[in-house]
Amino acid sequence: MTFVKCILPLLAATASVAVAAPAAAQMNHSNMPGMTMPMPAKKAPAKKPAAKKTIAKKPIAKKPAAKKAGPKKPVAQKGATKPADPHAGHDMSSMPGMQTPAASAPPQTTCLPEHAAMGHCTLPTTQPAPPPEPTCMPEHAAMGHCTPATTNTAEGTSFPAGNAPRPPVPTDHAGDAVYGTPAMEMGRHHLKEFHGDQKFFQALLNVFEAQLRNGRDGYEWDGEAWYGGDINRLWLKSEGEAAFGRPVEKAEVQALYSRAIGPYFNVQGGVRYDFKPNPSRVYATVGFEGLAPSFFDVEGALFLSNKGELMARLEGYYDQRITQRLILQPRAELNFAAQSSREIGVGKGLSDAELGLRLRYDIRREFAPYIGVQYRRAFGDTRQFLRAEGEDAAGWSVVSGIRMWF
Amino acid sequence: MIDNVALERRAFLRAAALTGAGFGVAGAMPAWAQPVSGGLVRPLPTVSGNDIALTIGKVAVRVDGKVSRAVGINGTVPGPLVRLKEGQKVRLRVQSTLDEESSIHWHGLLVPFAMDGVPGISFPGIMPRSTFDYEFEVNQSGTYWYHSHSAYQEEDGVYGPIVIDPAGPDPVAFDREHVLVLSDHSPMAGATIYKKLKQMGGGYFNMQRLTLSGQLAGRDLPASERREWAKMRMDPADIADVTGSTYNFTVNGFGPFDNWTGLFRPGERVRLRIINAAAQSNFNVRIPDLPMTVVQADGQNVRPVTVDELQIGVAETYDVVVTPGDRAYSFVSESIDRSGLGRATLAPREGMSAPVPPLRPRPVLTMKDMGMDMSGMNHGGMAGMAGMDMPNAPNPAAVRGVDPSAEQNASRNLWKLTGWKEPTDHGTIKSAAVAASAAMAGMDHAAMGHGTAAATPAPTGSMAGMDHSAMTQGAAGSGSMAGMDHSAMTGAAPTGGTAAAPMGHGASGGSMSHSMRDFSNAPQVDKNPGVQTISPNPVDRTGEPGAGLEGLDHRVLTYRDLVSLNRNPDVRAPTRSLDIHLTGNMERYMWSFDGVKMSEPAEPIPFRLNERVRVTLINDTMMPHPIHLHGHFFELVTGHGAYGPRKHTVNVAPGGKVSFDVTADAQGDWAFHCHNLYHMTAGMMRVVTVRPDQGGNQ
Repeated sequence: MTFVKCILPLLAATASVAVAAPAAAQMNHSNMPGMTMPMPAKKAPAKKPAAKKTIAKKPIAKKPAAKKAGPKKPVAQKGATKPADPHAGHDMSSMPGMQTPAASAPPQTTCLPEHAAMGHCTLPTTQPAPPPEPTCMPEHAAMGHCTPATTNTAEGTSFPAGNAPRPPVPTDHAGDAVYGTPAMEMGRHHLKEFHGDQKFFQALLNVFEAQLRNGRDGYEWDGEAWYGGDINRLWLKSEGEAAFGRPVEKAEVQALYSRAIGPYFNVQGGVRYDFKPNPSRVYATVGFEGLAPSFFDVEGALFLSNKGELMARLEGYYDQRITQRLILQPRAELNFAAQSSREIGVGKGLSDAELGLRLRYDIRREFAPYIGVQYRRAFGDTRQFLRAEGEDAAGWSVVSGIRMWF
Repeated sequence: MIDNVALERRAFLRAAALTGAGFGVAGAMPAWAQPVSGGLVRPLPTVSGNDIALTIGKVAVRVDGKVSRAVGINGTVPGPLVRLKEGQKVRLRVQSTLDEESSIHWHGLLVPFAMDGVPGISFPGIMPRSTFDYEFEVNQSGTYWYHSHSAYQEEDGVYGPIVIDPAGPDPVAFDREHVLVLSDHSPMAGATIYKKLKQMGGGYFNMQRLTLSGQLAGRDLPASERREWAKMRMDPADIADVTGSTYNFTVNGFGPFDNWTGLFRPGERVRLRIINAAAQSNFNVRIPDLPMTVVQADGQNVRPVTVDELQIGVAETYDVVVTPGDRAYSFVSESIDRSGLGRATLAPREGMSAPVPPLRPRPVLTMKDMGMDMSGMNHGGMAGMAGMDMPNAPNPAAVRGVDPSAEQNASRNLWKLTGWKEPTDHGTIKSAAVAASAAMAGMDHAAMGHGTAAATPAPTGSMAGMDHSAMTQGAAGSGSMAGMDHSAMTGAAPTGGTAAAPMGHGASGGSMSHSMRDFSNAPQVDKNPGVQTISPNPVDRTGEPGAGLEGLDHRVLTYRDLVSLNRNPDVRAPTRSLDIHLTGNMERYMWSFDGVKMSEPAEPIPFRLNERVRVTLINDTMMPHPIHLHGHFFELVTGHGAYGPRKHTVNVAPGGKVSFDVTADAQGDWAFHCHNLYHMTAGMMRVVTVRPDQGGNQ
């Protein structure tokens, strides 16, 4: 409070002395919402339209000397003369269950901060104020419907805003007149480049693992990489598998153009090339990729081969955080085909399904070793094709690998 | 004239470079920010005068004993204190030794636009290995700061404080002052941090997310609410994009273990000039056992208001006056996500320290942060619902406790190391074990000025005790809702009724999800993948304490507590109003105004010279955004008439809105942006043009 002493003389020098000084004097008791000191007793708020009128006159009198007085004037008057009337229905007292501040609070604290915020009453923080205008919410005031009564004087920020038109958008750049257009163009290039136009890159190996299964231990990968901006990106995807000591059984690469079509989803189109199994195939592909509600990562694609085979794939996974770093990832992949093709070993309908459950530990977000299990099963003709080659059509594996990205 | 101190330091650095790297690092701190150790007690040396030289260059810094690369000014991070006098003319010769473009922006200083230092808007930028002279008159006083406006250099260390002494007597009386520059220091380069955010969104740095173990332990949110948030693809634990998992929160360039110390004589009035120069971190600032009287905000004097804690948004400044006794005090700047804290000591003698409070539980977002609040909803009878809002209800995470696997940075251990004994301080949230009802009752309503126990579900008190965030909690919610008179809602307008219905059932995401991206609520927003959500019912939250400061048993500053000391220079009514939506997509890490990134390119926001405009910032995202307008001060519309607090930066709460009146009296082109560095670099920025009226309308 020594502080106040120092401040007072200065306040005295300001134009607002008369009103400001008393307020400052009491401020340290009352300006703080958390203060336990008793607040100065105040009269319970009461409606007093007269005060409101005084407030309202000011905008007209002090109207800025702008040229656009035309549109402004009516607005000021509107805000001034009919603060309450379009919102008669707002009267708090008419709301069942609603307590007026005066009724619900002890006598010495008639004004709750929330109510003050709504313009129901005046916190003693501000200067002695005209009686509050309970029907005027700040939101309404901001819209020019009424004049809030929370303030000491109806000036400045307590005025409603007019509806003057927006000025035209200039086509020139102010800096050009000072530094010349060529130099400023360089600066504008920097400005654009570093404020939303950056390009990024990410490569993610979601599955990169050894698989232990009955007699046929092998390995598998499934990853993706992208480069680009926020909306347009180039994607590469690859997945494949092999048994240890044997040639790669399956290997494919996709090159896709990806475009963001919503907050969470991208559409993707491009080509897929299968190196294995022989004979290799080229597919035209179109699909989607994104984040479904409940944070499921999903993707799906249609593939049309150069031999006319039509296939589809659905993939999804979910990261269940057990702790901040221990994450359980259930994962599923379903492959479908519109026809059976012995050549590529794919049967009509649901050709195969893969279900995995991997538990990883994020040593860093970019580097997470994991263990897990995977079940795979072929269906229909695919099953027959596999058996004909002496391979298992279904089976479990225990997997261990590293999820990583950079 | 080049300041002698700077010259001395340079000579010192040269000597240090010869004697060894470690010593050189120790030298890479400005003398005014040296910790009190080894008898190093001296008054603040400053860089001042009419001719000041600043050199931007690469440095090594040591924070809490760890050395990392940074970019500093005159060899230090933060850069030297630039001390000016109101009325003087100054020439600041800024030399860059970098191989990339650079710049210095004088944050909060009213300078001609061509001297404002934003590449591509006010000037071309400082080219690699070249010099640029800034010249302007100093026509103001107060606490400000300066920083690079190029690339990610602000994160890398290119920032420093400015203090301008008033030409006349200072209305603030004080015997001594300390400048406290708060920041977030990472061993990662800013460019890398931004890349990680682009690659993985907010999940990369957040090590305090919701987990299954937390759910099983009954922490944070109950399962039903977790599901509702997940359905909306929203993370209620996403409080900060970049956290203590990479940041060490610094004061004057020193980490919490370094313990920078400012001296005082007991009984002195000590003015602390607190500057949030962080790239991405908002802080909760407090000095346990020492109330702070706020006397200035953003360099502009305000009527003194005494608080125990304040939240300082990125790029804001607060001057507070404290009157410490004959003991040491801990100055604590806790990141709002409570992933770490900065710490300094105020002490009468060197070598002293005080207990440091523990990190409090990381808050979770509530429906209000989604702009789902009822109070601002419509013009019908529902408007009265605002009266039911109790902004001071404790956060669910404060009641239920935070995730057991949540990780914070090393500063989490300081309380043990410094011998903190509970309960010696207010402002410490009750532990998770406290039942919801107890927590509610534990709130000091009298201290909050309520004078009534609002949580009591008696018929009369029920409305006051009603809170939307409380409704989202299990126990606490049902308790206070019991007293809620649902018939009060019967008069609601249709939209109100729709939103109100699910609220009555506690968790409500299912029906909310439909309205979380309704562009009819914001027709001006461009409909594109960069806009994840539109707040259905944004409300003015300037009367609320920041996230996680609800329900504390001590005084917390809100924007509404700020009242300008002097009458505002322009008290005309605004001739028009302008809404600007703050938009983003956390998953893609895209940020924009009205859905349009700076780089699109976005159209400038035009102002007529000297027109007065009411600007309303509407936050459609779940993060706070400290919005900064260059070249102007604006007056917050917080119910203080001609005494609206004048600011250069205002932090808009999630799901909230803030209005300010601004007089566009500075002709030229100006930057207008979110001061979270990575939001700005993602595109949350515009050019504001101020031109004489051409007579044309649009």
